[in-house]
Amino acid sequence: MSRPFAWQMAAALVLVLGGMALETMQGGTAANIWPALGLVLVAAIAGSLFATAPLIEAGIAFIGAHGAAWLLISGIAGHEGNAGPSFYLALVGAWLLAWRCVTALSAIKPASRQAAAALGLIIPVIFGVWILILWEAIVRGAGIPFLLLPAPSAIGARIVSSASILAADVNQTVFKAVLAGYAIGCISGFAAAVAADRFIFLRRGLLPIGNMAAALPIIGVAPIMVMWFGFGWESKAAVVVVMTFFPMLVNTVAGLSSAGHMERDLMRTYASGYWQMLFKLRLPAAMPFIFNALKINSTLALIGAIVAEFFGTPVVGMGFRISTEVGRMNIDMVWAEIAVAAVAGSVFYGGVALLERAVTFWHPSIRGG
Amino acid sequence: MQFVKKFWTGASMDPLRSKIVPVLTILGIMIVAWYAFAVVLNGPFQRDLDRRAGRSPGLAGFLVETWSQPKPTLPAPHQVAQNFFNTTFMVKPWSRRSLVYHSWVTLSSTFVGFVFGAMLGILIAVGIVHFTSLDRSLMPWIITSQTIPILAIAPMVVVVFASIGITGLIPKALISTYLSFFPVAVGMVKGLRSPELMHLDLMRTYNATASQVFWKLRLPASLPFLFASMKVGVAASLVGAIVAELPTGAVAGIGAKLLAGSYYSQTIEIWAALVAGSLVAVVLVMLVGLAERITGRAMGGRPA
Amino acid sequence: MTIRPSVGVSASVKPANEAPANEPVVEAQKLGLAFQTGDGPVQALSDVDLTIGKGEFVSFIGPSGCGKTTLLRVIADLERPTEGTISINGMTPEQAREKRAYGYVFQAAALYPWRTIERNVALPLEIMGLSRSEQQERIRRTLELVNLTGFEKKYPWQLSGGMQQRASIARALAFDADLLLMDEPFGALDEIVRDHLNEQLLKLWARTEKTICFVTHSIPEAVYLSTRIVVMSPRPGRVTDIIESTLPKERPLDIRESPEFLAIAARVRDGLRAGHSYED
Repeated sequence: MSRPFAWQMAAALVLVLGGMALETMQGGTAANIWPALGLVLVAAIAGSLFATAPLIEAGIAFIGAHGAAWLLISGIAGHEGNAGPSFYLALVGAWLLAWRCVTALSAIKPASRQAAAALGLIIPVIFGVWILILWEAIVRGAGIPFLLLPAPSAIGARIVSSASILAADVNQTVFKAVLAGYAIGCISGFAAAVAADRFIFLRRGLLPIGNMAAALPIIGVAPIMVMWFGFGWESKAAVVVVMTFFPMLVNTVAGLSSAGHMERDLMRTYASGYWQMLFKLRLPAAMPFIFNALKINSTLALIGAIVAEFFGTPVVGMGFRISTEVGRMNIDMVWAEIAVAAVAGSVFYGGVALLERAVTFWHPSIRGG
Repeated sequence: MQFVKKFWTGASMDPLRSKIVPVLTILGIMIVAWYAFAVVLNGPFQRDLDRRAGRSPGLAGFLVETWSQPKPTLPAPHQVAQNFFNTTFMVKPWSRRSLVYHSWVTLSSTFVGFVFGAMLGILIAVGIVHFTSLDRSLMPWIITSQTIPILAIAPMVVVVFASIGITGLIPKALISTYLSFFPVAVGMVKGLRSPELMHLDLMRTYNATASQVFWKLRLPASLPFLFASMKVGVAASLVGAIVAELPTGAVAGIGAKLLAGSYYSQTIEIWAALVAGSLVAVVLVMLVGLAERITGRAMGGRPA
Repeated sequence: MTIRPSVGVSASVKPANEAPANEPVVEAQKLGLAFQTGDGPVQALSDVDLTIGKGEFVSFIGPSGCGKTTLLRVIADLERPTEGTISINGMTPEQAREKRAYGYVFQAAALYPWRTIERNVALPLEIMGLSRSEQQERIRRTLELVNLTGFEKKYPWQLSGGMQQRASIARALAFDADLLLMDEPFGALDEIVRDHLNEQLLKLWARTEKTICFVTHSIPEAVYLSTRIVVMSPRPGRVTDIIESTLPKERPLDIRESPEFLAIAARVRDGLRAGHSYED
């Protein structure tokens, strides 16, 4: 797979040599440029020597890329907004090394399952880290105004210093509004689906309406719910109920009719009743569909609660914080809240996905990996 | 084939009885329930009003009064319909009071955002399918990002853009782009990978190039997935545009109309704006469905 | 021609594999292929020696897992052997594939549902860059060859399973490769349709004088069609017997009741039984 001389390495070499020439002519825009350029140069040459051993090449590229990035970012302190072209050439050179590292790692076909899982984790993590590195280096190197885009380090510092406020917001929005609304919405959607499954007329009437509801901007009911249920978490839970009801209804109805005709005929030969058929065959067969709805709803619920808070809240909650801090131009606090929301959303989704693995272990999509 | 299809869907019954009647019945029940809820929710306030005025209307009079308050807790369907009709057909479409105007403002940013989002999504999907390093590094993030309440950044994007002097369509369209790009990218990756191994082996026996495999096999095979994900994407795009109109500063659009309604407790206006938003959504999804049907017919899809 | 004495279960079947009189199309020596799986390597093919001459109709028969499809895929360069050598018309399989030296017919018709029958047949021609008029001419000729004239504008799903498979054979014939590789092409069809297609395939072979490699798990099909039958057995996948057919070239369907036919079929069955251990 690996070619004798990868283009990323060649490009990194050219950039670094250009950077060295520029730095000699007009240096001193930021510290640590020379060591960073040198490191990228050495790593690009050394990595190319090991092009036939992807693991070693990736290791060298990894050390070179991240060492250089660390040198550059720590060297920019005190020179914010004054980074010269050599800084960016070194940065792009380091980024190309990281790219080479990811490409080399992607080409490896590991023998054991653990190694494959580790690789499946390392590669996207390197990618994500480089988004942050480029963000940090460019924002600070170019001196992008704080209002426009704060550096990740500033957002991180804000998360640490405002931890108690963020915790209170999560408690209000996630643990009160989202969980209550999610539970009520999913359970009632499920109950409606079972009823619709029992009575064909109800199914024929509800299903087209439910399908259409998927496309509607249901989130618009938020101001109405705030009027009906007040500024507290109850109104947000109500929005979440409305948003999660229809996906659960539609998916469960589809799931309940997913059991095969042969399996159903088998139950019929046992003279099983409706409820036996439901509990022994059709509900288990519907589980993948139900979990699909639970996963969709986990994201919808968080969105619904946050947006509903834009329409009025007590002075706590993630949506409230975002809308007020935007108004005060405390953009770092907004980013901190978004980061927390992202983590909360992923954890919620991940929890449902783990439960799904435990319940529907027999389904091909889970068995097959 | 036709016979089997008919047999399973039970379409031997005419569509009127099997589809339209149940839907209309359910809708009818919902409207009746709506009127009933209007009485329950508006009743206390109406009783209060009547007591202060010293009136004691009969049951019929009381019912009519609860269905005709100017700022009811729950407006009756006919009040919403009347407001919708008045603000849609009775005023000039370019006036501030017209729902057509507000819908158009939202629709235009939705549309621009969706077109860019769909193109970006397709482009990224093509990259992911053809480069393993992109697949391994970018794909996990695209999947993860679907679990994140991205909509939360809408107000910030609008305000930050306003601070550097960019207002109006662009920031809203940007949010729509962002929201519609994810479903399209994920659906398109699935679609471009949908050809069976046998079809790919066939191309290999012809010694076809990667671009021939793409144009003659992967792209046509991906179209059903593309249209399904575009329907999701266009709906997400609309939600994005509406939410982007919420922060202070937006004066036009369905979102701004909702916010203004909630400030001044103009419940009838809120409901009318919701109806307008839903109509826009239905039209957008129908347009994608129409495009799907046209390409489907050109590609010899079997009649559904 | 005479039926040679059986060579038994020994993997070294060299004596049965003397070079045919006409020039060789496929030549394999000590061919082996091991798949790497989670539970260690699986020997799909081992020690295969085989020569197929021009104009032959060779069937590969054996139980599932005996490597008959894998062998066909190695000839087609869809799999790479891990041991031994193989050449197609004196070239490596890869060079042969790049020269479009063979047509391949899969277990299913594998027609593109968004293309009409004629556009499906045109697919390889488009890829090989033939002119429009040349494409039209070849589509007409090959569809006539498989008796599908008049169905040019139909979509695959408007045709029966047998007709779909005939269209896929037309697609494999369209670019005039000398070698036709067929992987259980009629396995999914019912017996009556299958008989009919077998008869048509023999006529087509007689008219076009192509070399055909045909994978099947049906003994009557193999005996009815072939000039030579390669019997294979699993674990590891290997050739256990190669049987020359004594049947005449002209074969009506009722030849299957003749004693000669039944004798060959019995020999194939013996070969399959000997190579297959039923203990596992």
